Amino acid sequence: MKQQSISYKLNVETRLDNPGWVGMVSSILGVVLSLIVGGFVLHAAGAADPIATYREIFKEGFGMPADWQAGFTAMFSNTACPKGMLCFGPLSDTLVKTAPILLTSLACIFAFRMKLWNIGADGQMFLGAWAATGVAIFILPKTTDRTVMLAVMALAGILAGLVYGAIPGFLKARLNINEIITTLMLNYVAYKMLEFFVVVGPWSLGGFESTGRFPTSATWPRLTELAKKFPITGGLTVHPGIFLGIAAAILLAWILYRSRWGYEIRVIGNNPKAARYAGINLKRNIILVMSLSGALAGLAGMNEVAALRELTGRFPRGYGFTGVIVAWLARLNPLAAIFVSFLFGGLLVGTKLIQPQGIASMLQGVILFVVVGTELIFRYRVRLEKVEQAVAPETGDVP
Amino acid sequence: MTESPIAFEMRGIVKRFPGILANDHVDFSCQVGSVHALLGENGAGKSTLMNVLAGLYHPEGGEIFIGGRRVSFRSPQDAIANGIGMIHQHFMLVPSHSVAENIVLGLKQPRFFLNLKSVEEQVAVLGEQYSMSVNPRAKIWELSVGEQQRVEVLKMLFRGAKVLLMDEPTAVLTPQEVESLFRTLRDMTVRGHTIVFISHKLDEVVSIADHVTVMRRGKVTAANVPSKGITKPQLAKLMVGRDVLFQIEKKKAQPGEVTLSVENLCADNDRGLPALRNLSLKVHSGEILGIAGVAGNGQRELAETLTGLREPTGGKLMLGNTPLNNHTNWMEVGKQLGHVPEDRSAVGSVPALSVAENLILKNFNRSPIAAGWSINSSAVHDNAVHLVDEYQVATPSVDTLARMLSGGNLQKLILARETSENPKLMIAVHPTRGLDVGATEGVHKLLIKQRDAGAALLLISEDLDELLSLSDRVAVIYEGRLVGEMPARGADIRAIGLMMAGSKADV
Repeated sequence: MKQQSISYKLNVETRLDNPGWVGMVSSILGVVLSLIVGGFVLHAAGAADPIATYREIFKEGFGMPADWQAGFTAMFSNTACPKGMLCFGPLSDTLVKTAPILLTSLACIFAFRMKLWNIGADGQMFLGAWAATGVAIFILPKTTDRTVMLAVMALAGILAGLVYGAIPGFLKARLNINEIITTLMLNYVAYKMLEFFVVVGPWSLGGFESTGRFPTSATWPRLTELAKKFPITGGLTVHPGIFLGIAAAILLAWILYRSRWGYEIRVIGNNPKAARYAGINLKRNIILVMSLSGALAGLAGMNEVAALRELTGRFPRGYGFTGVIVAWLARLNPLAAIFVSFLFGGLLVGTKLIQPQGIASMLQGVILFVVVGTELIFRYRVRLEKVEQAVAPETGDVP
Repeated sequence: MTESPIAFEMRGIVKRFPGILANDHVDFSCQVGSVHALLGENGAGKSTLMNVLAGLYHPEGGEIFIGGRRVSFRSPQDAIANGIGMIHQHFMLVPSHSVAENIVLGLKQPRFFLNLKSVEEQVAVLGEQYSMSVNPRAKIWELSVGEQQRVEVLKMLFRGAKVLLMDEPTAVLTPQEVESLFRTLRDMTVRGHTIVFISHKLDEVVSIADHVTVMRRGKVTAANVPSKGITKPQLAKLMVGRDVLFQIEKKKAQPGEVTLSVENLCADNDRGLPALRNLSLKVHSGEILGIAGVAGNGQRELAETLTGLREPTGGKLMLGNTPLNNHTNWMEVGKQLGHVPEDRSAVGSVPALSVAENLILKNFNRSPIAAGWSINSSAVHDNAVHLVDEYQVATPSVDTLARMLSGGNLQKLILARETSENPKLMIAVHPTRGLDVGATEGVHKLLIKQRDAGAALLLISEDLDELLSLSDRVAVIYEGRLVGEMPARGADIRAIGLMMAGSKADV
């Protein structure tokens, strides 16, 4: 006699293939899930209706379709925005924030591609801002042509970031010192160095925590400067820095996917043993990649200081860490980083007015956490399995 | 022979991997107290089937019965609780721990206090019973590979395994160690244990197994064939599905001038201990020098030093007229030097890059692949299409990731890359390890072709049959030096075995 019983069980298996859609889906799912999780946190923090809060964040960060429409109408009739700053103001602010996020995320992407964990983009950015300020105020005369001034500032920022990135790169390549520790610690060195120069030291202007306003030639031209000709641009602070970021992203994508150097980097990043086997010089590449990573972060510093138009003791910290999150969310793809940086720029701008402060950082943290988590989930495949159990007689003899 | 009871029975096992049906309704059973060989080409599904039986894989379909009772394993612990233990090809031992510590590792008992002394005593007793004496206090790294294998066997016996599954147990042993393993296996069957061993070495199967089951492409092609009276060619045909040449056809070697000369080479291993001690050798163009030896006697270090992956601590290396030393630009030398490394996926390829990208690993810095600072992607594509076709690499497309290729195809990819530029010197380390009969034949032909084209070949292998049939000269490496050299034709395999074990034979 044989009895049949049917039951089901969940089978969790490792996925051997990793289809291309996994990255994108887990990124998008990660953002959606973290908005849900963040909603609960917002609610706990006192927001009665988290969805309304998100709406508000979106409105502050990007504006509303009706406002954009009004803006376009005004643009074509060449009048000012009927709603004050509301038409393109939020988008403009977001683009201003996007540029440094994009540049630091590119710095991270480049290093992460080679499995070099540069989490010192913040410090490298500070050094870039410091060097650009030095050029703007103490080296070049005020009357320097704006283009020349900005170009030299950018060069100085790049150079300072490059050197600051090369230090941990050199230590890693020559002495095998963990770059996570060195880059993280060098952040604090950079913070303190800037503090020394600006707050108490030689660059402080009359005891204030600032170098004072840069000469106009050392600041980014803003869209609002065209307000006389095009009234719609009135009050818009957006500047060409974003193009710098996009150009850097395209250049990086070219390097990674089309150049010999990028091939070396991808081989090293995926299998350093195979790279050595192919005769690729690992040490040189570690130093080079860390240098270029630092250079990109340094450029972010120059960009930010030219947008802020002065270097103060409150030069923003944390872009370097946001860059880490953006890099992961963009799956280390430089072009995807453009869009992710834009989203994060909007998040930063949109949450500026929200109390308690730190909502943006909280959401960023949750996003990273959830994205890494969802990626893990996609490594496995879950299948429902039907089990037909033949219940053998207790005596246990074979049928 | 009367029917002994059935040790276990697998019915209709189905196991799928993406794109492959690894086990297609496989039935497999074994009698208590027998040695059963599971034979098949690479990718035939033998290891998959055994991993299912050992609880590592969960089959999509089918049932397993032990003593007439249906069982379902969720983990290897479940399998061992039912008396089934598996010994993997790569040992699962912690090198810095002692034998006894490794044996109790992962056991649920004891929960808190470990009485290592009693474990040590039990292990010693167990070792004596099965004539596999191992010092229970020795650290794993102090043991030879053969001894480590004994530890794995003891580990399973300690856990009460009645059925022992062994995945290619002889791949890493000297001929003498193989004999001793076979004696142990015989002892175990007398004591009522059942052994299943996976192999694709036909000689072994004929000599040790009572029954043979042959698998091909996920299906059983011959079940429970008594090994008495079956011949090697018959088995090979069952395995491959066609007749196989056992003798490698090759012309007499025409050695030319010295291509590789090694003088008093010294190098350290990863732990910083001397691995090569004043090793000297010469390889001429148009000949194959085979290096025989038990794993861990400096073969890896020799290959790595010759290919720039390890810095020598002394000695002189010459490739033709070019000295190889710390100042060598290895990317330049790469043109003249082909290297088939020991570890296909960890060293020889980049699993996360495509087939096409893997095929340019050696020449990406040269025209036509390189174009200024950039890489000419159409040249990369053409190069890949050409090589995949010429070397018959089975891949869905040249953009497929290398990690999706089977071992044999990955090896073909590496060989394609390493031989297509006709290097002056080829260094091949275990070129056919883990490959099936058909793929092995292909690799052998390729290597012979290189030799006939005038390349010097250094072949490092643990497979003595392969070494003797492929090489023109054979040298034996023991503890970092060459202890003997002889022409491969007519070499005495017992003498080589003794030299591999360290006794200086008068050859």
